[in-house]
Amino acid sequence: MAETYKQLREYNNIFNVLLVLHVIVIAIGLGAAFYMEHHGHIVTGMNNQIVWGLPHVFAVFLIVSASGALNLASASSVFSKLAYKRFARLSAILAISLLIGGLAVLLLDLGRPDRLIIAMTHYNFKSIFAWNIILYTGFITIVGVYLWTMMDKTVTRYNKIAGWGAFIWRLILTTGTGSIFGFLVAREAYDAAIMAPLFIASSFVYGMAFTVWVLITMCQATGKRLLTRDVSNKIRELIIIFIAAMLYFTAVHHLTNLYAAEHTGVERFILWSGSVFTWLFWGGHVLIGSVIPMLILMQPNFGSSRAGLIFASVLMLLGGMAHIYVIIIGGQSYPLALFPGMEVTSTFQDGQFAHYMPSLPELLLGIAGISIAMFMTGFALKLLPFLPSPVADGK
Amino acid sequence: MISLKPDDRKSEKADREAENDGSRRAFLKGAAAVMAIAPGMTLYAYGTKDAVAKPLDEAATRKNRWGLLIDAAKFTDADVDRCVAACQKENGWKNTGHPLTDAQWIRRVNITNKKTGEHFSLPMMCQHCAEPPCADVCPTGASFRRDDGIVLVDKHICIGCRYCMMACPYKARSFVHEHLEDQKSYAPRGIGTVESCTMCVHRVDEGRQPACVEAAPQGAMVFGDLNDRSGKLAQLVERVATQQVRADLNLDPGVRYRNI
Repeated sequence: MAETYKQLREYNNIFNVLLVLHVIVIAIGLGAAFYMEHHGHIVTGMNNQIVWGLPHVFAVFLIVSASGALNLASASSVFSKLAYKRFARLSAILAISLLIGGLAVLLLDLGRPDRLIIAMTHYNFKSIFAWNIILYTGFITIVGVYLWTMMDKTVTRYNKIAGWGAFIWRLILTTGTGSIFGFLVAREAYDAAIMAPLFIASSFVYGMAFTVWVLITMCQATGKRLLTRDVSNKIRELIIIFIAAMLYFTAVHHLTNLYAAEHTGVERFILWSGSVFTWLFWGGHVLIGSVIPMLILMQPNFGSSRAGLIFASVLMLLGGMAHIYVIIIGGQSYPLALFPGMEVTSTFQDGQFAHYMPSLPELLLGIAGISIAMFMTGFALKLLPFLPSPVADGK
Repeated sequence: MISLKPDDRKSEKADREAENDGSRRAFLKGAAAVMAIAPGMTLYAYGTKDAVAKPLDEAATRKNRWGLLIDAAKFTDADVDRCVAACQKENGWKNTGHPLTDAQWIRRVNITNKKTGEHFSLPMMCQHCAEPPCADVCPTGASFRRDDGIVLVDKHICIGCRYCMMACPYKARSFVHEHLEDQKSYAPRGIGTVESCTMCVHRVDEGRQPACVEAAPQGAMVFGDLNDRSGKLAQLVERVATQQVRADLNLDPGVRYRNI
């Protein structure tokens, strides 16, 4: 029987170049974080109105994607879809890497990143944020154990249990991430339980996009075929369903908000006002991130080809960033209703739409988060047999 | 200039009578207390002051619930600005020329009724909620509610995540974006942490009133113990029509308003 997994040993310069590029980006990102830490957040575009900026957009995007990156592993272990078994290890290591990339950005954007030990030792169990810290560390641990059961024959019998554990944990994790926003009762753009399933559906899409991105990059880097036509086709169909689910929850979220008079203001602001968020929502999230990838993937031949899949994935990732940007920045930009129905002004920008222009250090830190995830995955592939073995031509 | 509807004026008159009644009662009570002890000693509870100095080694208890009643009808824009200036002087925060990032523990909020054009302004600060969302969401417990109702930030364990700022319905919190100088020893602040009105907790613990209350026009801001039914604040809250900002959120703020 041919071995299912391979350690990355033979690769061309694309891999080396990418690895070096990621190291450079990480170094620049760390420099940017140090610059922000040294001078304070005054050097960022964030302020007392937009308190979570671009780093949070990257961080949440990566954390949500991490959960979705586990899709192929879950499909093989939990739903017994053996066609995906070859990708289970890569799926798991990518999930861990994406989460660490996201957490690194989140940590480095704290006002006091030096107080990590406090964040790890002081817990307010009423805080969904504190629960998320537990969910993140738990995710890394459980997926780590899951990987172990995939790789060590002496514990293979526990693979199914570990797979189920990781599957349930990832759903809880994304529910927790969505609830960070869902629990904000005073912010009209959030304050909705549907944020949790919306984040879960979105995680499926972004996680799959990252998985496809890494798989096809590795096809290029090894010069081998890692995906059969059959699997490419299955992935294509899966992504279509996931995008449809994400659009469904997006539609329900906005339509239910439009029904309630108290939320029509914020909905008009996001969906109709012509602000940057309107463009990012319709142009970025809906068109580039959902409709066009769906149309590409609906073409059976082109959609399951390497070019079609990578094209759709890049669009999904760009659309995903736009989606999270609209949620995080757009939601804060809409003013709080201190005195509903009244016109309110102050020196603290009450009653005004808050403006936000991300600064370069924020962007560099955010991109470094992606590079951390990609570098970790690439390094892990060199270290242990995580990569699926190449398939014979013609399959 | 504050314009009031006739009904509002009538109710304001009734409120003032109730308030005066409360003041007389407090005066008599205070006078009796002064007479009962040795001459030369002054009671902190005398007159309109409800705060009583507490030994520094004694923890705050649920016996007290410190609060404020703010009468918007008694404030002009300049009056509110004087309260803001008093808070700045007392607690050491100031405008540094960066309006979007400068801390504002208390601010003047101008409100205009879109239908009638009626305008008024009021001081807005941390509302010291009984159910503070900032404390609920804080991952480390740095944001907390003291047993006596004052909501504070423990600067030693605040990691600067700003989730409390996302959760506060009153936009009462500020993030320290820059290095600070000339801080007050009793109001520590730090770059990378979140801060807000402390209700001048250092003064309250000494039996004094918050700085903004002292700077406000006579009777425009009443500080006291909401739990002390014989105190002026609790009596006023019981007798006159008061409002909570965003009462729909059911946070039970310690800061109440009149005539808004």
